[in-house]
Amino acid sequence: MRSLVNLIKRYGEYVFVAIFVVLSTYALGAFLTAGAANGTILPLQASREAVEIDELFNVQFWLIAFFFSLIVVFMLWSVIFHRRRGEDDDAPGEDFEGNSTLEIVWTIIPLGIVLALAVYGGSVLSNIERRATDALEVNVIGQRWAWRFEYPESGAVSSDLVLPVDRQVLLRMRSDDVIHSFWVPEFRVKQDLLPATFGDEDNTRELRITPTIKGDYKVRCAELCGELHYAMLADVMVVEPEEFETWAAAQAAECDLEAADCGARWVEQYGCTACHSFDGTQVVGPTWLGLAGSQVLLDDGSSVLADEIYLETSIINPNDQIHEGFQPNVMPVNFEEQLTEEQIAEIVAFIQTLGE
Amino acid sequence: MTFLSTGFVRGLIAQALGTLAGFAFVTGIRALSGLEPFDPVEPALVSGFAVGALAFLFGVGVFDDWLKWTRGISTSDHQEHDPEKPWWYRYLSVDFDHKVIGLQYGAAAMLTMGIGGSLALLFRTELATANVDFLEHFIFGQIFGEDHTGASLFNTFISLHGMIMIVTMLLGVGALSNYLVPLMIGANDMAFPRLNAFAFWVNIPGAIVLLASMFAGGFDTGWTGYPPNSTGYSAMGVSLFMLAVYIVGFSSIFGSLNVIVTIFRMRVPGMKLFEMPIFVWAAMATAFIQLIATQFIGLSFLMVILQRLFGMNFFDSTAGGSPVLFQHLFWFYSHPAVYVFILPGLGLISELLPVFVRKPLFGYKWVALSSLGIALVGYFVWAHHMFTAGMASYLRVPFMYSTLLVAIPTGVKFFSWVGTMWRGKMRFDTPMLFVLGSVVVFLLGGVTGPPNATVASNLHLHDTYWVVGHFHNTMFGGFMFPWFAAIYYYFPKFTGRQMNEFWGKLHFWLMVPAFLVMSTYQMLTGLLGMRRRIAGYDAALGIEGYQVIVTWAGFLIFFAVIIFAINFVVSARRGEVAEGNIWKSRSPIWQLPNPIPLHNYERPFRVVGEPYDYGDPNGHPYVDLDPSDDAPDEPTTPSDSEEQQAPGGADPAPAPTGD
Repeated sequence: MRSLVNLIKRYGEYVFVAIFVVLSTYALGAFLTAGAANGTILPLQASREAVEIDELFNVQFWLIAFFFSLIVVFMLWSVIFHRRRGEDDDAPGEDFEGNSTLEIVWTIIPLGIVLALAVYGGSVLSNIERRATDALEVNVIGQRWAWRFEYPESGAVSSDLVLPVDRQVLLRMRSDDVIHSFWVPEFRVKQDLLPATFGDEDNTRELRITPTIKGDYKVRCAELCGELHYAMLADVMVVEPEEFETWAAAQAAECDLEAADCGARWVEQYGCTACHSFDGTQVVGPTWLGLAGSQVLLDDGSSVLADEIYLETSIINPNDQIHEGFQPNVMPVNFEEQLTEEQIAEIVAFIQTLGE
Repeated sequence: MTFLSTGFVRGLIAQALGTLAGFAFVTGIRALSGLEPFDPVEPALVSGFAVGALAFLFGVGVFDDWLKWTRGISTSDHQEHDPEKPWWYRYLSVDFDHKVIGLQYGAAAMLTMGIGGSLALLFRTELATANVDFLEHFIFGQIFGEDHTGASLFNTFISLHGMIMIVTMLLGVGALSNYLVPLMIGANDMAFPRLNAFAFWVNIPGAIVLLASMFAGGFDTGWTGYPPNSTGYSAMGVSLFMLAVYIVGFSSIFGSLNVIVTIFRMRVPGMKLFEMPIFVWAAMATAFIQLIATQFIGLSFLMVILQRLFGMNFFDSTAGGSPVLFQHLFWFYSHPAVYVFILPGLGLISELLPVFVRKPLFGYKWVALSSLGIALVGYFVWAHHMFTAGMASYLRVPFMYSTLLVAIPTGVKFFSWVGTMWRGKMRFDTPMLFVLGSVVVFLLGGVTGPPNATVASNLHLHDTYWVVGHFHNTMFGGFMFPWFAAIYYYFPKFTGRQMNEFWGKLHFWLMVPAFLVMSTYQMLTGLLGMRRRIAGYDAALGIEGYQVIVTWAGFLIFFAVIIFAINFVVSARRGEVAEGNIWKSRSPIWQLPNPIPLHNYERPFRVVGEPYDYGDPNGHPYVDLDPSDDAPDEPTTPSDSEEQQAPGGADPAPAPTGD
């Protein structure tokens, strides 16, 4: 009888600790996974990949809950019940120095758990990289600090990413300058954009996404790319396939409007508005309000009339004449390759409508 | 007047003159060869700062003895100390005593921590609102130049915060290794005292160049400095920042070499590796990482500087270079570097825990080897920072496996700490509170690691505030809180007084809860879509309230550190006098008087027991400081006679002697 009491005294506290570990794991795990499901700790689940990845997150949340509870509950138990109570400063605790069996157990079991997690994580990775045969191809081009999306299928070009719902999209990404990173939190996946190629080397990188919920989201650049990195966003619209076709056809159509109106369209599509405002606010580049026809003070102290030639040169060779108060080497120098002569002329015409 | 004659002031003057000379030299060459002398100004500026750093080292006097040797003049192994000079004179000049150097490292670490923390407050204030507004304020333009916008200042501040805090932790690691290792193994100094002084002093010009980068246009690359942003686009502050890292890298390399040689060659005779205090194992593992990996960040940053100044296109993909190559070189150091910061901290946890639990350290050998295990695995995981970077896709899977393996030796440490605490007689003095806080905070950092390591979930988490929260957990739990624990614990050893317990506990109860709130909300905003390194964010994410919480928590942390600083200064002057072994520790350090005498141990001690045998009050002590008084029945072995003539470096001699 006495030995039974001793047995309970000796091992009873392990039972209590185990119960608290289970309770704490359950509470923490349920809290995290419920938060993930109702959108308070993860964004909307708007792609097929997000579904797969969130399942992986749930497993991770349970593992976090378990291991955090395991250590903290044992520790708190010791803090509360194994403390010094009025004894001397150096009153000894129980004298044991270790236990090799335990050490081996808590090496082997976590090893098994992380290997299982790695295998499972690997299978999720291969699932989200699965290729659909009818994937919609979109070229994604990042440049400081704007996004451009080209649709080779229809010929459309846009600074918004418009996607048909429930069809896989193959994003072929590259950068025109520094490294950027494509991320739509609702889609859960991310890929860096690498700059230009050399010889046979192809720096284009691919990412596959299948949007599943119609709605408006945002591409958010996730790699620090300079001053306005924080503002390097693009609108994403996931729409019905028919709506997408109509939109793409309209974007791809030749511009048969007035030159200045066409210019307004190119300005929008090629991301000029990331750095140039129409309303007088100075961003990274000079505002276009009142620019054309004015006398522009340059950083070498001279001044020049902002005529057609000045505007055209500033688009093609932006570093030739730097506006007083602005930095050189900020604007991309490849617009001559990106745009036709006609498009450049139309953009100049548009800027002139904002002039004096 | 005495102040002006310190090595520190002479070094500063030399650095100023050297910088000017280097600048003038390059500018002169440019003018003579018909180039515009000041446009661009970057080559002259970088050369100037490089020459200035070297000039500092000559000015402060770390080369003096070496230069004498080259001229055949021998120098005394003992440094002469002028008793007329005030006590602080030694601390502001070149000194070879490992305890002085340890404290020099520590003071420099506290100083840089203050600067790095203040920068954090500036950008945290900016982040309290979604728009970029606070840093647009004209006062910053007045200080840093009118061409700064709020966003570019923000980018400079977060980049510098990162690198300054890394330098802080490297200095802190230097402080701990230099101060504690010789005392723990019974040596009277480090193996190479002059190299030790060099390794400390090289940090000072490095830190000055690092801070100068802020006034040379800043840099908006983050502390990671990825090209092409750093090579072709960022302001020239980036070159100074990278030069500074290159300079302080020498400290890591020479400092760690010294620690390794000291541990292997200068233990008291008879002390086996598995009889060393556990912190020494951690210091050894750390030193191996520093010695082998530091070259890689130095190299990668040097290559960026060369590309900027001379157009060597290592990382330019239009000229056959590769921007991803940089990331490999960079992370080959910069991932193991995090283990450089945490291993000494975890070693301190293992060192202090048994003292306050009054029990042996659970599984000493496993804890010792787990430090080496983490250091070893740490070399094979660097590319987990690059899962989204666009390296070959198949490479991601092996790095996922290797990274998850880090959990195993880390887990062994946690389980061993729990085993140590179990059925002890725990006391809660301030150092112990910080140890317990460290365990919880580091645990939070540990369990939030595997989601980053698993490729598929990493695709969501990479470059978000989840990662920011995760690594602040590991850095605070793995270094900052153990660092505070160590200061409270060892304070009597260098002041002879004790830190005030009330203010210490207030420091703890403010800082640790505030930190947990901060990191938890950082991780939450990251999951919800908050990217790293952004000056303004999308209010539509619905995280503005959380950001305000994080900012307030940041201010509380800063406030707590100020309380600590005041407590430190006041206690050093007027604190309770600490007589003897106040924590009832078995460590040889605590068998010495407070403060520790100049040459540590009068004679080499003998290891007669186990380091953490707190559970058996009648057992042997760990060490016998006075082995000559031993009972005469102990047989005299050959090793005993060796002890007398090879006292583990009784003097700060240039080379160790012994077996």
